[in-house]
Amino acid sequence: MRRPWRLAVAGLAAAALAGCATVQNPDPRDPWEPMNRATFEFNDGVDRVVLRPVAEGYRFVLPEPVRDGVRNFFANLQDPWIALNQLLQGKVEEALSDAWRFIANSTFGIGGIFDIATDMRMPKHAEDFGQTLAVWGIDFGPYLILPLLGPSSARDAVGTLVNSQGYLPWQLPKWLDVDHRVAWQNSLTIVDVIQTRANLLDASDLLEQAALDRYAFLRNAYFQRRRNLIYDGNPPPLPPRDEQSSAAPAAPGGDAQPPREAGPAPQSVAPKVPTNYEAVLAAGERRPAGDD
Amino acid sequence: MQRRLVIFVWVFAALAVPAASAQELTPDGLVKTVTQDVIAVIKQDKAIQAGDRKKTIALVEEKVLPHFNFTRMTALAMGPNWRKATPEQQQALVNEFRTLLVRTYSTALSAYRNQVIEVKPLRAKPDDADVMVRSEVKQSGTEPVTLDYSMEKTPNGWKVYDVAVGGVSLVTTYRDAFANEVRNVGVDGLIKALAEKNRQLETKRS
Repeated sequence: MRRPWRLAVAGLAAAALAGCATVQNPDPRDPWEPMNRATFEFNDGVDRVVLRPVAEGYRFVLPEPVRDGVRNFFANLQDPWIALNQLLQGKVEEALSDAWRFIANSTFGIGGIFDIATDMRMPKHAEDFGQTLAVWGIDFGPYLILPLLGPSSARDAVGTLVNSQGYLPWQLPKWLDVDHRVAWQNSLTIVDVIQTRANLLDASDLLEQAALDRYAFLRNAYFQRRRNLIYDGNPPPLPPRDEQSSAAPAAPGGDAQPPREAGPAPQSVAPKVPTNYEAVLAAGERRPAGDD
Repeated sequence: MQRRLVIFVWVFAALAVPAASAQELTPDGLVKTVTQDVIAVIKQDKAIQAGDRKKTIALVEEKVLPHFNFTRMTALAMGPNWRKATPEQQQALVNEFRTLLVRTYSTALSAYRNQVIEVKPLRAKPDDADVMVRSEVKQSGTEPVTLDYSMEKTPNGWKVYDVAVGGVSLVTTYRDAFANEVRNVGVDGLIKALAEKNRQLETKRS
């Protein structure tokens, strides 16, 4: 009588342990996965209850041109910091372009509400101190989900800390409304958070739809995206990591080499696909849904 | 981090490519034509702009799907597990994955708001059979989002087998999820999970 009961308890305990304490398929880039998943859940909860509804209200109430102006205004405030990071990464030309962006948009663009610099062939860049650290040779370090801020890494978390020093709403000029400085800072920050989240509504809907496991999806996308940013859109090809089965040299996936005029051996594309690929392809071609 | 999320919209917005005599086109020409076609339709169709799912999906099926090689996409996303699947399983995987991508892509398309999409001239040799066509989505106030199409030459014209948005490849992003699922519940489990996901999306939206 007693034994089945005990077994059940033991079984439940084991299941609970397996469920929360261990990760079945660890990603070497994510040694802190249990903690990260907990933070992820927490962020998700805050988002569902507070941030997302507010952002939806923001998008519902304000017409698109106004929201564009708000977005441009905050984007403009990032440009000096972006320019400085360009400089720290040794990219003088880009640094100058971004500095000019800030000047042009702040003046002719009426405090940054209009992004006229883009039309003047000074495109917006994406730089931050995490990228600067990467250019200086510091690796990602472990994946780390920050409370409220989301996907990051040990390196990029340090970057975020430094970035906060370059966040202009916190660096208001000394003469500006001395009595209400803190109120100004907080208001600007809150509006920025809301408008940022509002800009992401479509994207987060999409993530929700597309992902089998949002956590893994986001983690994977984070590393790809950061790598792309660090190399300013032209990352060197990764060594293939997917074909453990050795027979065929590596399916390429998204890390596929960028096209190069003088690149090595473009004719070696043939063996990238699994051996029975042709047969399946043929079968697929006959399917009605494809109708091509 | 925000930018990273935005990419997802474009990962799927990227799946745009057309049906017109595609065989003869260069890969970048093909991307350009399809992109223009799709945008033209969206711009004059109020129903699609308002989020009409059925119409958007129909547009994707007609203009975009013919230029994708979903079998190759699925095989790449499966990685080594592809060969462990039976032909029937492979076919089921392709079908479910295709459905999921079409749904998601349709959602992304309905988020289109007059952004300018510029297709870059192809940098490849004339006899290359595997190329990447690069394009950029421009929007004021944000850095351009890149849309890169990996394409292969087939007897039926150029076919897209991967799309990368802001450097995030669709195939690579799904690869981990697929591998995990196969490890935990097997190939059939993965098929079931995809089908379940598709079923949820169906009931939630229509």
